[in-house]
Amino acid sequence: MITLHDCFTSQIAVFDLLFTQCIVTFVTTGHVLMGLLLQSERHGYDLKAEHDHRFPTARPLAFGQIYAALKRLQKNGFVEAVGTEKADGPERTIYGITDAGRAELNAWLDKIDHPIETVANPFAVKATIALLVADRDVASRYLSRQRAAHLDAMRTFTRIKTDPQRSFSDVLSADYAIAHLDADLRWLDTALERLLTLEQELQND
Amino acid sequence: MIDAHPAAPTIIEPKRSPVLTARSLSFAYENNQALQGATMSIGQGEIVAVTGPSGSGKSTLMLCAAGLLRPTAGQVIYNGQVVNEMSEAKRSKLRRTEFGVLFQFGQLVPELTAVENVALPLLLSGAKRKPALLVAGNWLERFDVAALADARPTDMSGGQGQRVAAARSMVTEPTVLFADEPTGALDALSSEQVMTQIARVARDTGTSVMLITHSAQIAAYGDREIIVRDGMTYSGDA
Repeated sequence: MITLHDCFTSQIAVFDLLFTQCIVTFVTTGHVLMGLLLQSERHGYDLKAEHDHRFPTARPLAFGQIYAALKRLQKNGFVEAVGTEKADGPERTIYGITDAGRAELNAWLDKIDHPIETVANPFAVKATIALLVADRDVASRYLSRQRAAHLDAMRTFTRIKTDPQRSFSDVLSADYAIAHLDADLRWLDTALERLLTLEQELQND
Repeated sequence: MIDAHPAAPTIIEPKRSPVLTARSLSFAYENNQALQGATMSIGQGEIVAVTGPSGSGKSTLMLCAAGLLRPTAGQVIYNGQVVNEMSEAKRSKLRRTEFGVLFQFGQLVPELTAVENVALPLLLSGAKRKPALLVAGNWLERFDVAALADARPTDMSGGQGQRVAAARSMVTEPTVLFADEPTGALDALSSEQVMTQIARVARDTGTSVMLITHSAQIAAYGDREIIVRDGMTYSGDA
């Protein structure tokens, strides 16, 4: 006998296969630092401050990450030490981008990243487990609450993108977050519809 | 009847004092029962997004709430008065003075310029032409389309036309704006411009908005969400 859980699981598998694609953008710390060095020569402390200012929604870079990345870039000939600066603290090395670094940065900007065919869908997994261990109401309640949380997050990003004080980078980040939340919301709505339809079909059998 | 959102209550109360309340509304188009006990309130200055699948009854709910349709059962209460029990003349006056309505296609009069289109509700309410045009010009400015004052609808892009239509829906300074898929025919960036302007003006003026949409991205401009399914209402918030 085919259960509601079986139907839903197979629907999810087909849905995942057909519709859930996403682009994974490969951003390395080195490329970001070279991009910032293209503007002006800087030391590591400045680079961190500029990174965290320009990408406020990204995870802040640790100093260790920055110096490790600069060391790698220097080894590859993409950046070079162009001087030192001593203010209140210890002496700091100032870095500049080299011609090889510019070429590497341009090649990276020119490269298209490969879309991947499937993505993990934690909502489908949870809803399926809810059907397995409980019933339609539990799965439906979970999906409804998840939907509300997604819409609330979308309200937050909508406020960010429509705030005239926000930077262009903030708006682009908010657009990206909204597009992904919207994809999830469409899936959640479809999943709720499917739960309803399948229940009706099973009742009619 | 299966409850699509079992976790959600069907009685939906605003956080602020309600300006408009719809209680247990029913409405049928011949054999199609569009509303079956729909209930909702809109608070003072609140933007409420009303969402739901096609044919769920969300537009019918808006038409009943705006006094454009008379529900077969239930009550629409505005400012202590039962709207659906008013005479047609009283409802018509209410729509002209207290309510603004904005549809998916702005329905601008093609023979009139933008500023004349916006002035139209004032002229229909008996205002003199010169002051009405002056007020209309100010509203075009608030929606960032003052440069189009003398343009006709055929010379405007979809987004520009919708902003002119939005200015017209607000020119009488309504207490409640009813917007039915106001960006439904626009591309993503034009939608964003129109919705940003509507939300900003509504918040500046304290206007309450009932925003009908099938898009989550548009619903996210609202403070709350009400989902309509099979003619019944559910809270979309946790």
